[in-house]
Amino acid sequence: MNTRKDLLGLEEITAEELGAILDTAEAFRGVLDRPIKKVPTLRGKTVANLFYEPSTRTRFSFELAEKRLSADSLNFSASTSSAVKGESLKDTVRNIEAMGVDFVVIRHGASGAPHYIARNVHASVINAGDGQHEHPTQGLLDMFTMRRKIGRLQGIKVAIIGDIAHSRVARSNIWGLTKMGAEVRVCGPSTLTPMEVEKMGVTWTWRVEEALEGVDVVNILRIQKERQSANLLPSLREYSLYFGVTPERLRRASPDVVIMHPGPMNRGVEIAQEVAEDPRNVILDQVTNGVAVRMAVLYLLNGNEPASREAEMATVEG
Amino acid sequence: MERWEAMRMTEWDSMKRVLLLSGVEVLNPETGKKVRQDVMIKDGHVRLVAAGDHPDDAVVFDLTGKIAVPGLVDIHVHLREPGDEDAETIASGTAAAARGGFVAVASMANTKPPIDNPQSVRFVLERARQAGMCRVYPMAAVSQGLEGKALTEMFDLAEAGAVAFSDDGKSIMDANLMRRALQYASMLDKVIVTHAEDLHLKGEGVAHEGYMATKLGLKPVPRAAEEVIVARDIRLVELAQGRLHVAHVSCGTSVPMLREAQKRGLRVTGEVTPHHLLLNDTVLEHYDPRYKMAPPLREDSDREALLEGLKDGVIQAIATDHAPHTEIDKDAAFDEAPNGVVGVETAFSALYTGLVKTGKLDLAKLVYAMSLGPARILDIEHGPVRDGGPADLTVLDLDASWTVKADEFVGRSANCPWLGQALQGQPVMTVAGGRVLYHHPAVGTTKAHGLLTR
Repeated sequence: MNTRKDLLGLEEITAEELGAILDTAEAFRGVLDRPIKKVPTLRGKTVANLFYEPSTRTRFSFELAEKRLSADSLNFSASTSSAVKGESLKDTVRNIEAMGVDFVVIRHGASGAPHYIARNVHASVINAGDGQHEHPTQGLLDMFTMRRKIGRLQGIKVAIIGDIAHSRVARSNIWGLTKMGAEVRVCGPSTLTPMEVEKMGVTWTWRVEEALEGVDVVNILRIQKERQSANLLPSLREYSLYFGVTPERLRRASPDVVIMHPGPMNRGVEIAQEVAEDPRNVILDQVTNGVAVRMAVLYLLNGNEPASREAEMATVEG
Repeated sequence: MERWEAMRMTEWDSMKRVLLLSGVEVLNPETGKKVRQDVMIKDGHVRLVAAGDHPDDAVVFDLTGKIAVPGLVDIHVHLREPGDEDAETIASGTAAAARGGFVAVASMANTKPPIDNPQSVRFVLERARQAGMCRVYPMAAVSQGLEGKALTEMFDLAEAGAVAFSDDGKSIMDANLMRRALQYASMLDKVIVTHAEDLHLKGEGVAHEGYMATKLGLKPVPRAAEEVIVARDIRLVELAQGRLHVAHVSCGTSVPMLREAQKRGLRVTGEVTPHHLLLNDTVLEHYDPRYKMAPPLREDSDREALLEGLKDGVIQAIATDHAPHTEIDKDAAFDEAPNGVVGVETAFSALYTGLVKTGKLDLAKLVYAMSLGPARILDIEHGPVRDGGPADLTVLDLDASWTVKADEFVGRSANCPWLGQALQGQPVMTVAGGRVLYHHPAVGTTKAHGLLTR
């Protein structure tokens, strides 16, 4: 990982690299529990955060990770930038690079946009979500959270439930988890399941009860209202009745099942109110862990050696 | 009092009695085998017994020379309730079907309002239960309001009792909606029944596009209107891995497409109506609106190909597309008359007369396509008349001759293409779940008669 230029997806990352990222993230997770949550690692480096799609969680998480690493951040959001004046993606990124940026974090609605940028700039590019393709740091933070809760990824059973077809979170989870030896089941209506998804190394069923049988983790994906107008669903009501994760359905899972959701949640649609409030849910841990994982990714892409799980990071003094 | 009400009054509690169908021949339509065998019906089940081997108080029907077959099933009827109760009701339509030998019908969703919500499905089932005639398997709409725009809540509809989904009456023109419907219904293992008539190719057409339409100056509907939808839906069923049933196939050219799809292992079935098997567009000569239907009557080459498809199993079912209309509505200029004919009371007789008596089709094939074939398309449990099996059967009198008369229909409407015709072969007894829904006054012992007539 420390020899890579970019992090574009988990598909191309090896199990060894994944292990190194998660171990390094563990070291940074320790930093976040300290009174002074800052290390000097990226002092003098500049990160441009390019968000062409609305985001709160991911954008804040990256910004915070950059600040904790002592990097300088530039923030770009599509609505307040020259993108509204019709500047092309390529020109925007080249201009930003001319300003001496070391890292580009990009969220874009077009699948493959980060790959396009990565080919055109010298800076390291981190995919913060591209269309329906991948969201590698979300996949990493989900895996990190699972590993922290359960102690391992090898052999654990994970159900990913919801709109698989349009989900970059699902794809990154699938690539990452299967590489680490987890058993992944995807579940959702056939109309929201992409063609030949089994070839990614997972099993599929539309029956939520079946998918949840004995799982250690359930990752619940957001259902967007637009799916209704595209005739992929008759109604959100029917979705919640037959595909929503409810306390009754969750009884099929392992008693200490880890409940995850990448957010933002539609309570009462894909996740029942009681499940959203279930003590086994780690949705807020996911948010905290996201910062540590993103710190680890920036740190490794900067060329630093991976840290061991127990490594101590030197805190910035003043 | 209406005729269907009279029929219901002749009902007696056959469930509390042991029935004996004596002297009957039992036909298994799958094997074609006919066995002379007394049939005892007790507690809703069939017992095949030796002659004389029955309780003394059994109600005996002397059915010597008659044939017992699996109860007939019609998977395409319009019962018109709610909305057009003047043309037909669930009670009158199911009584009419029982008279025609049907133990079960599947009802279409294009009522007013349409059957596109669980409450409406339950309404149909409840009305059918109250009527106590043949069973009704309601189909629900594919799209909300039959508008062809948004999917219905199929899980909820199936849970309420919908047996399949159809926007019958018109084609779903949005291919993506059709794809998603097939895909969504596949989770429930339910069939989408397609009405294959491209709306734009059909336009305002009322008659098959051929010499007759040319001569009569009637607006034409080309075969391509059906062909393009059949071809499209076969492609979509392959993409969606769903189940497709093509309603009322009218074109001979659709048959090879169905055959090819089935050969490739796609789950595609088809049905044909009695009128498309028996009539061609030459009957339009006098602009009689009784022959106006959608899809339209076509040519002899179509009839022949449809019959071939039926014989070799590409088309698994005959369904009547029973479409009642009041005389006031139907008696209009050809262009302005509504589409459709009634069929449940005449289907067997018309087909027996037109196809079996003329040597074009085996009796066993005809019975199969009117009973087990259609039941299998919709996963309705059914089987040959057998010892221990459920008592869902129909008794046929192949020697009976009768003339179709408008004022003798049990159903409320008489828009029938066979009016005034002498037909041969008639269902004379219909038993569903061990209950006698109907029997012709001419069959049965004196003892039974005493019980059965008012």
